Amino acid sequence: MNLRRDVFQAIADPTRRAILLLVASQSMSAGAIASNFDTARPTVSKHLQILTECELLKQEQSGREIYYLINAKKMKEVADFIEPFRKMWDDRFNKLETIMKKYSRQSR
Amino acid sequence: MEQKTKINAEDGKQELVITREFDLPLELLFTAYAESEIVEQWMGTKVLKLENKKHGSYQFETTDPKGNKHGFNGVIHEFVPNRKITRTFEMENAPFGVQLEFLEFEKLTDDTSKLNMHVIYESVAQRDQLLQLPFTQGINMAHNRIQNILSKLK
Repeated sequence: MNLRRDVFQAIADPTRRAILLLVASQSMSAGAIASNFDTARPTVSKHLQILTECELLKQEQSGREIYYLINAKKMKEVADFIEPFRKMWDDRFNKLETIMKKYSRQSR
Repeated sequence: MEQKTKINAEDGKQELVITREFDLPLELLFTAYAESEIVEQWMGTKVLKLENKKHGSYQFETTDPKGNKHGFNGVIHEFVPNRKITRTFEMENAPFGVQLEFLEFEKLTDDTSKLNMHVIYESVAQRDQLLQLPFTQGINMAHNRIQNILSKLK
């Protein structure tokens, strides 16, 4: 299982999209990013980890701090605008499938 | 892994095709479109009206996380059980116009089936705008949130 490396999984989360948007304008430290959210800091770190693992963010060491910056190349892949639309339908249809499997068991 | 849901949207065309294979017998797949209570579950919407017959119409209403209500509606032109639904779809109070949908249901094996959804829009621009909606909405929502936070800091 390597779901975490799935870019589209990564951008499906609103907080992670907000992080990408923040970092898009300038590279930032984890602390600076976290200060923009009311979520707990470990949660933000987790989001940063996921974004880094799927290569949407790059890390850069600057003195004692690690800065996060956008990986433009990977972001371009995401810009394939049909994918979120496909994902939306895929989620719906997966739900349909799950519901109907339960439904058939009940009616039998 | 091959994707179960496929979208074919050719450049410069005002239509698109969504296909999906289901691990469900054809009858069950069709039931998911025919029964209001089931439509409510998988579409995540409230069904105000669903008249599945020729000259029938439907009305859905969803509530977003902020509590705003969004209406959807359409008319049904053709309703052939286990085979085909032809209908229109419109988002109320949105600049996307009306789309025409042809839904074809196909038996693959006793336990699997396929849905072919052919959607036609009023223009290429409208189709492209709608395709981008899930992504731009997400980004805008995130952006608004950041702006709210930043404005509080001032």
